Amino acid sequence: MSDKLRMSGGEALIKALERAHVEVMFGLPGGAILPVYDPIIDSSIRHILVRHEQGAGHMAEGYAHATGRPGVAMVTSGPAATNIVTPLCDAFLDSVPMVCITGQVPLAAIGTDAFQECDTTGITMAVTKHNFLVTEAQDIPRTIRAAFHIATTGRPGPVLVDIPKDIVDPVNPRSVMTWYEATDADMDLPGYHPLTQGDPELIRAAAQLIQTAQRPVLYVGGGILKSRAAEALLELAEMLQIPVVTTLMARGAFPDSHQLCLGMPGMHGNYTAVMAMQESDLLISLGARFDDRVTGKLDGFAPEAKIIHVDIDPAELGKVRKVDVGIQGDCRLVIEDLCAALRELGGAVTPEARRAWRSTLSGWQEKFPLVYEQSEPGHKLKPQYVLEELRDNNPDDTILASGVGQHQMYASQYWRFNHPYTWINSGGLGTMGFSIPAAIGAKVGKPDRRVWAVDGDGCFQMTAQELVTASVENVPIKVALLNNSYLGMVRQWQEMFYDERFSEVYLSENIPDYVKWSEAMGCVGIRVESPEEVAPAITKANAINDRPVVIEFRTDPRENVFPMVPAGKTNSELLVDPSQEHLRR
Amino acid sequence: MSNPDRFHTIVTIVENKPGVLARVAGLFARRGYNIESLAVAPTNEERFSRITFTVDVESAPLEQVVKQLNKLINVVEIRELPPSECVSRELMLVTVKADSRDRRELMELIDDWRAYVLAENTKKIMLSFSARTARLDEFEECLKPFGIVEMQRTGRVALPLLS
Repeated sequence: MSDKLRMSGGEALIKALERAHVEVMFGLPGGAILPVYDPIIDSSIRHILVRHEQGAGHMAEGYAHATGRPGVAMVTSGPAATNIVTPLCDAFLDSVPMVCITGQVPLAAIGTDAFQECDTTGITMAVTKHNFLVTEAQDIPRTIRAAFHIATTGRPGPVLVDIPKDIVDPVNPRSVMTWYEATDADMDLPGYHPLTQGDPELIRAAAQLIQTAQRPVLYVGGGILKSRAAEALLELAEMLQIPVVTTLMARGAFPDSHQLCLGMPGMHGNYTAVMAMQESDLLISLGARFDDRVTGKLDGFAPEAKIIHVDIDPAELGKVRKVDVGIQGDCRLVIEDLCAALRELGGAVTPEARRAWRSTLSGWQEKFPLVYEQSEPGHKLKPQYVLEELRDNNPDDTILASGVGQHQMYASQYWRFNHPYTWINSGGLGTMGFSIPAAIGAKVGKPDRRVWAVDGDGCFQMTAQELVTASVENVPIKVALLNNSYLGMVRQWQEMFYDERFSEVYLSENIPDYVKWSEAMGCVGIRVESPEEVAPAITKANAINDRPVVIEFRTDPRENVFPMVPAGKTNSELLVDPSQEHLRR
Repeated sequence: MSNPDRFHTIVTIVENKPGVLARVAGLFARRGYNIESLAVAPTNEERFSRITFTVDVESAPLEQVVKQLNKLINVVEIRELPPSECVSRELMLVTVKADSRDRRELMELIDDWRAYVLAENTKKIMLSFSARTARLDEFEECLKPFGIVEMQRTGRVALPLLS
């Protein structure tokens, strides 16, 4: 310790965050965390004051998705901590690096059912990569360093640090500490050593499998983005001329405009992506986890495929599907080594059979494109049309954040993702209400980029109050609200699988008045009801940069998302759009 | 315990910190794995504790159990010990009814099994007995006819065979 600087734990906490290169945090103060909010006034860190703690968590996630840097949220104890459990779980399932600081009642009060006390570390144990309850002010710098280290290395994820009030409150002698720069040695993590380099022998084995495969597919997931491996993936795919499917978490990891890109697989994936996996003889899975929404009924999934599975988390290898070659490692490093191993084996080979494979795929693409029927004049807008217009009236590097439901699937299907880190959504947990706060977080992290949130009316009503945050904090996001007055995806399931018995899915067409509500929150509100109004409204929204804009698109509630693999069915039983049904064998 | 090979012993070295046992137990509960038995105590190194548990490999995919445990930040080391590769013991404390008419028979049984008498009065005898888990099961069966008043078993602990 070179400089013997004495300070309170609260000051040390903020200083430690500054030292961790935190430039912005999202939060809301309250009793137990009050002493930490005082030093924020003098800090270089920008604090975004949210309207609900869930918003703080999703903003931190959106920030992390867009920038690759860990998102930071800070809230008080008790109900604030429980309000942020959903974003923690969301970040846990989607491997989003995030550090959450929660206030806690003073140490002596823990366990007494004190005011705003809850067992935060107990509650969040199952939804965080790790959590800490700090008991000494002196431990704050090393704990913060450890929290960022754990959140950002290995398989990224959320880390929570629970801080009792007495160790940060300057009026309490327990808060006195001597500042030090925490080093890696201070972290004391004897059980945490993530491996990043893949085993060379397994990589060679993978290269050999690839060389002989006749119907190979690169199945890439969110791990490509987490490991900053988009460029390496492009090199691998081009060298091998192997087609690529990008899962919901990996949209943008490989450019949609590339001739090798087949798009999204899974429950609402396009026909070619789903069938390419299904008929493949070798799936090269990179940073994906064989989620049930991708595999469909497991015992009918890609029955003839051998599996190469690369993941930084060894627990994913073989968790769902038995692997032929399982490689633990960072996707970027493993892909680079794999490229080298393939070159050693004489570079790419293109067996004759692969030509047939490619022509099968392009045949499917031609036969089964994504389709929808444009609405008749005077009828409600088609949501797909709105997405197409949104896509065509925004630059390629626009960041798109989505909620969860039909609109999310339309967004993933109809947008064109040509750059990594332009797509932000809640994949694993499927958190309705994710898009608005996530878009705000993304815009805070990437202020020069245009950020659109695509939302449904069900989602919008869950977190819309964060548009107040966006207005007041001057974060001019844009929201495309697809209002079909229903919980659309649930409605679709009730229509298809519950004999059209619609139970508790109708919200309301006119209540709330979204335009007035948006205006009340400081945004510009626009309502669009007919196709010819769509593009002009988007253009108008794009011209407004001093406040958030909400466009309410009144869309057709009867529209369903196709293709669809019904739950419990194999991917071969994919339902195409009814207009294409006659084209199936 | 029909097939003794069903039960594998997993030895973990964990950081000796508050809440670590809750993390391990929570993981088992969340992933739907059943713990057959569990023994926890500090090691010779104060920083670490040793948790030995027995899992039914027919109820849980052992590889996943080990991999998921490994993801816990506080878990430092994990070793899986199949029955053929370890020496295992379990300790039982048991209080048995021992009125005058059964007492002699019970004392013979205790002698035969090399259990220890820890305390006795005219009505009851308290014993300790340590052996492999299967032997404890057998001994328990032998004691039942006398009337078991109270019993505590520790769960299995194990060390690898000497190499």
